[in-house]
Amino acid sequence: MATTVLKREGRIECRGVGKTFGEEWARTVVVQDASFVVEEGQLNVVIGPSGCGKTTLISLVAGYERPTAGEIVIDGQRVTGPGPDRLVVFQETALFPWMTSLENVIFGPIVRGMSAREARDEARRLLERVGLKGFEDKYPSQLSGGMQRRCELARALINQPKIMLMDEPFRGLDAMTRELMQEYLLRLFEETRTTILFVTSELEEAIFLGDRLLILSARPTSVKRVLPVDLPRPRDFRVLTTARYAELKQQALETLYEEAVKAFAEGSQAAYDLVEAFGRRSGGA
Amino acid sequence: MGPTGAKWASILWTLLCAGIAIMAVRETPRPQSLALWAAIWIVPAVVLVTIWLRRRERAPDGARVRAVARRQPLGRRVRKAVLNVHTLRGVLGIVAVLVIWQLAQPLGLPIIKRIPPLSDVVARFFADNGLFWRAKYWNGWTVSLFRIFSGFLLALIIGVPQGLAWGVSRTLKAGSFPVFEIFRPIPPLAFLPAAIYLMPTAELSIVFVIFLGAYFTIVINTINGVYNVDKSLQRAALSLGARRNDIFWKIIFPGTLPSIITGATVGMGITWMVLVAAEMIAGRSGIGFLTWESYTGGDIPQVVVGMVSMGIGGAICSAVIWRLGGNLMPWRRLF
Repeated sequence: MATTVLKREGRIECRGVGKTFGEEWARTVVVQDASFVVEEGQLNVVIGPSGCGKTTLISLVAGYERPTAGEIVIDGQRVTGPGPDRLVVFQETALFPWMTSLENVIFGPIVRGMSAREARDEARRLLERVGLKGFEDKYPSQLSGGMQRRCELARALINQPKIMLMDEPFRGLDAMTRELMQEYLLRLFEETRTTILFVTSELEEAIFLGDRLLILSARPTSVKRVLPVDLPRPRDFRVLTTARYAELKQQALETLYEEAVKAFAEGSQAAYDLVEAFGRRSGGA
Repeated sequence: MGPTGAKWASILWTLLCAGIAIMAVRETPRPQSLALWAAIWIVPAVVLVTIWLRRRERAPDGARVRAVARRQPLGRRVRKAVLNVHTLRGVLGIVAVLVIWQLAQPLGLPIIKRIPPLSDVVARFFADNGLFWRAKYWNGWTVSLFRIFSGFLLALIIGVPQGLAWGVSRTLKAGSFPVFEIFRPIPPLAFLPAAIYLMPTAELSIVFVIFLGAYFTIVINTINGVYNVDKSLQRAALSLGARRNDIFWKIIFPGTLPSIITGATVGMGITWMVLVAAEMIAGRSGIGFLTWESYTGGDIPQVVVGMVSMGIGGAICSAVIWRLGGNLMPWRRLF
C-alpha cells in the first residue's frame, strides 16, 4: 500500500508488573518488577527461553490474568480485563472448530453487533488479502497449519485492534511456511502500523521482525535488556545477511548467554532450554 | 433448518405423541386405530430417511444450500447411501454370524449348539401361530419404541440443560450435585417398585425408569463436555468482544455437542436394557414382555425371536443417533 498511516493509539506501558501464582505457603513468582513501554505503531519482540513467563506476560497485557503487583496501562487506561482493542493470536490455534473460516472471521464483528452482510463482505476481503480466497467455507480441520495461522490473523485484523498480542504464533510451522509467514506479517505491519507485541524464542525471527527486542531474564521474569533494532524498513529476507544484523544478533546473544549461565548455576530447567536454544544457534550462525 | 413441510410435520407429530403420552397417563396405549399407529411411525420414518439422505453443503457465497446430491434422482441417492462398500462389509459380517449360528448344532460347537438354529427360529416366527402373524408382536414394537422414545426424549430435554447449567455454574453444581450423585448409583430397575407404587399407571412407571437409565449418563457426559471445552477458545472469544451469552451459545454449546452425542448413544443403550426388564415386571405388552412370556411358556425359539427384535431395535436407535450427531456436527465429518 502506498500510504502509511501512523496510528496515534496503542501505547502499552507496564509499570513494575509482578505476577505470583499459588497460596502464600507455596508461591511461584513468575513475573517480578517488569517495566517497559511499547510505543504506538511499534513492533516489539519479547524474547526469552521457554518457560520463563512470556505467555504469562502476554496474558497480563491481554487482561486474562490480573497482575499481583504494579499495573498495565494502555493509552492511559488501566487494563482490567480482556477486550477487542487488544487481540491475541495464540501459540496453539484457537480457531473455533465448529465454524468455517468465514464464520470464524466474522465472529468478532457479529458479537459486537455488526450486520452479518457487512461483516461477511469485510471478512471475504480480508480472507482474500491473507491468501485464503476459496477457503471461506472450509472448517479449520481442513486447513493446513499455515492457513490456520493466516485465518487467525484475518480474524484479528477485522476488528482493527489497537494492539496485537502474538504469542509464538508461528511455532510448529515448518521452516518454509514460517519464513513466508514472517515476511507476510512484516508486510501487514508495515502497511497498518498496528502496535504488535510479539513473543518468540527464536532470535532470528525476533531481529527480523522487531523494532525493539525486550530480552527477558530467566524466572522470575523481568525485562533484562531493551535492544533497539535499527535495521531499515521495509525489510525483506536480505537483511538477514547484512553486517548490522550479525552485530545485533551478537549483542542479543551476549545478554541471553549471560542470563543462561546465571540460571544454569541455579540448576533451572529454563536455563537448560536457554542454552539449548541459543547456544546451538550462536555456534551455527 | 429443513423445509417448512418437514417442520410442520414434526410439530404435528410432536402434538400427536403428546396426546398419546397423555393417554398413557390413563392407560397403556393400544392399537385402537391402525391409522393412528401408522401416523406415529410413518412420519419419523420419512423424516429419518430424509435426514439420512441429506448432505448439507455450502454455496460459494457461504449460504447453506441443499447439496448437489439432493438434486440427483431419489433412486440414485438411495443407492448411493445404501449400496456402498461399508454396507456390504456390514452385511457380510451379519451373514457370517448367521451362518455360524445355523451350523452351530451340526458342528457341535460348545454352548452355542444349544441355541435353536436359525432355521427353527425363522420357522417359528412365520409359523401359523408365530409372532409374525400376531398383532401383539407388532403392537409390542410400537409400544416398546414409544416407551424408549418418551423416556429418552425426556432424559435429553431435562438432562442436557441441567448438565450445561452445572458445567457452567459452580454455585449451582455445588448446591445440587451431591443429591444427584446419591441417586446416580441406584440402578434404574431398583426404582421400579417405587415407580409402580408412585406413578398413576404402569406405563408411566416404565417410561420413568427408562428416563432414569438415559438421564444420568447424559448429565454426566454433558458436564464433562463443558469442562473439556478448550479454555483458549473461550479466551479468544472474550478477546473478540463476546459476552457471556455469546460464549455460551457459540463456544460452550457447540464444544459440548460431541459429549452430548456420546452421552446420548450410551444412554440409548441403557434404555434398551432397562426397557426389557421393566416390561417383564410391570408391563402387559412390548417386546420385553413377549420375550418373558415366551420363556415362561417354554418356547425357546420364540425367546430368540424376541431377543433378535430387541437387538434390531437397539441398533436402529443407535444408528439414528450417530447419524443425527453427524448432521449436527458437520465439522467432525472426516475428509
